[in-house]
Amino acid sequence: METATVISTEKLTKRFGDFTAVNEITFDVHQGEIFGFLGANGAGKTTAMRMLCGLSNPSSGKATIAGFDVYRQTEKIKKNIGYMSQKFSLYEDLTILENIRFYGGIYGMNRKIIKTKSVELVEQLGLKEEASALVRSLPLGWKQKLAFSVAIFHEPKIVFLDEPTGGVDPVTRRQFWDLIYAAAERGITVFVTTHYMDEAEYCNRISMMVDGTIKALDSPANLKKQFGANNMDEVFYQLARGAKRNT
Amino acid sequence: MKQFIAFVKKEFYHVFRDRKTLLLLFGMPIAQIVLFGFALTNEIKNTSIVVCDYANDAASRRIIDKLEVSANFEIERILMSHQQIEEVFREGKIKLVVVFPANFNNDLTHLNKAQVQIIADASDPNTAGTLTNYASSIILSYQSELQGLQKIPYQIETDIRMIYNPELKGATNFVPGVMALVLFLISVLMTSVSIVREKENGTMEVLLVSPFKTILVVISKAVPYFFLSLINLTVILLLSVYLLDLPIKGSVLLLFAESSLLIITALSFGLLISNSTNSQRTAMIIALLGMMLPTILLSGFMFPIENMPVPLQVVSNIVPAKWYYIIVKSIMIKGLGFSAIWKETLILVGMTLFLLVVSIKKFKIRLA
Repeated sequence: METATVISTEKLTKRFGDFTAVNEITFDVHQGEIFGFLGANGAGKTTAMRMLCGLSNPSSGKATIAGFDVYRQTEKIKKNIGYMSQKFSLYEDLTILENIRFYGGIYGMNRKIIKTKSVELVEQLGLKEEASALVRSLPLGWKQKLAFSVAIFHEPKIVFLDEPTGGVDPVTRRQFWDLIYAAAERGITVFVTTHYMDEAEYCNRISMMVDGTIKALDSPANLKKQFGANNMDEVFYQLARGAKRNT
Repeated sequence: MKQFIAFVKKEFYHVFRDRKTLLLLFGMPIAQIVLFGFALTNEIKNTSIVVCDYANDAASRRIIDKLEVSANFEIERILMSHQQIEEVFREGKIKLVVVFPANFNNDLTHLNKAQVQIIADASDPNTAGTLTNYASSIILSYQSELQGLQKIPYQIETDIRMIYNPELKGATNFVPGVMALVLFLISVLMTSVSIVREKENGTMEVLLVSPFKTILVVISKAVPYFFLSLINLTVILLLSVYLLDLPIKGSVLLLFAESSLLIITALSFGLLISNSTNSQRTAMIIALLGMMLPTILLSGFMFPIENMPVPLQVVSNIVPAKWYYIIVKSIMIKGLGFSAIWKETLILVGMTLFLLVVSIKKFKIRLA
């Protein structure tokens, strides 16, 4: 699957004083790919992701997102990416429809398109009945699915998911991944961090971060072969064991 | 602009969904207007007064000496004619005038009965009441001094006149105070809490990743509270006019314009607080301690600033509510126009600009 490159970094580095949170990471992500970004707590995943989203300026190195430079074109990057944070990021005191329309609105989408698309979306998610209910009243699994749908509502080129399935049961997690696959098939590149190794298996390719550097990067099958492991859990343990930074 | 409207709309949803807070916001000014009806009286020291002495005899001079010696009064001038009294009051510095009629000593020694007139500026009824009490008791003490000497029932009658606010309506004092308090409280507290709530919920991150400008996030947050505060202001004014019979003497438009300025000052203050903290609880504590107490204590609304120790008087200058309080009193009670309050207005504008620049700078630093 040799398609266009949508994320490209070269020796991307972030230092906070003496501490190098992210140390010269270099990788490419292709269009429509589901890219797993793995690592123990404190390995530097979130910092790296923040740089890619334009939330934080890199200390050195290069990166382009959807063809735009992370130093100079953050505004253009922001228009082309979606983001779902670790914390649940919808407004609990707004209804489902209001949430969807709000995010559509701040991305500057056309009002008519927002209207038709938001109706379509609640139907797809099977939330038609609850469309006017406050988000507060939804079960967590539904909230997460809704949050993901909202993150890709404006049809971004890339969507960044920061541990999207924390605290969600396995069945709902599976359903969540169905949504991710559907998005990837539409050509949206998915950049996802996770702690669940079964989820890692769902990704096309995985990078393993240890102490701010990328220690391994390949498809799950190749990684297992390379480390002589039966599953991703073992791969993760082998790599993370060498970590100097504590969790 | 479309994005901005979408955001403001969302902020209004937040405000209206939170029924309890909304009730509090609208209930508070009403409750305070009613509560502060029982305003406090306080000791007043070194008030400048004027004496009008037609008598110029032993008894009148003795009483003038006693007034001068007391800690409460400082005699600024001794007038010889009645015409000047009104002039003195209009200047605003003098709150009390004591008038001795001609033949004061004569009346006292021969008729055993004499009159003293005390005239007070009652636009601040608490002060007026307290001052007249002080003056009466000093005169009374002179009377008993005489009695102790001669065992004759001397009697000095005090005739008390209140000008500007003859019915001694306390409302003249506390309505402007409540206005300052309520507007400031709501704007500071609610903006800071609502911005910090986005941080706490993790939605701020999502907003920062979106192409929506951060400065607009802040402005859209302020919009609903700006309107809520204006509604509150209207309620307070209606209550004071129709319930407390306190008319607005000056321009209502000017009053609203100046109030809008104070609201903006308060909103910038709230923004500054929200930049310095990440939890709603901390924001609330800072807002309450850092703002409510100084507003109550140092705005001049409950305790006269002139009586405070000099360091506190200096500190009171950085309390925006103090300047607003002066402005509102000038417009509402004295009926003065913009030319009388441009200085105070300028100070508020300066404070607002300063707060805005600092908080926006801080906001940017946090994003880097």
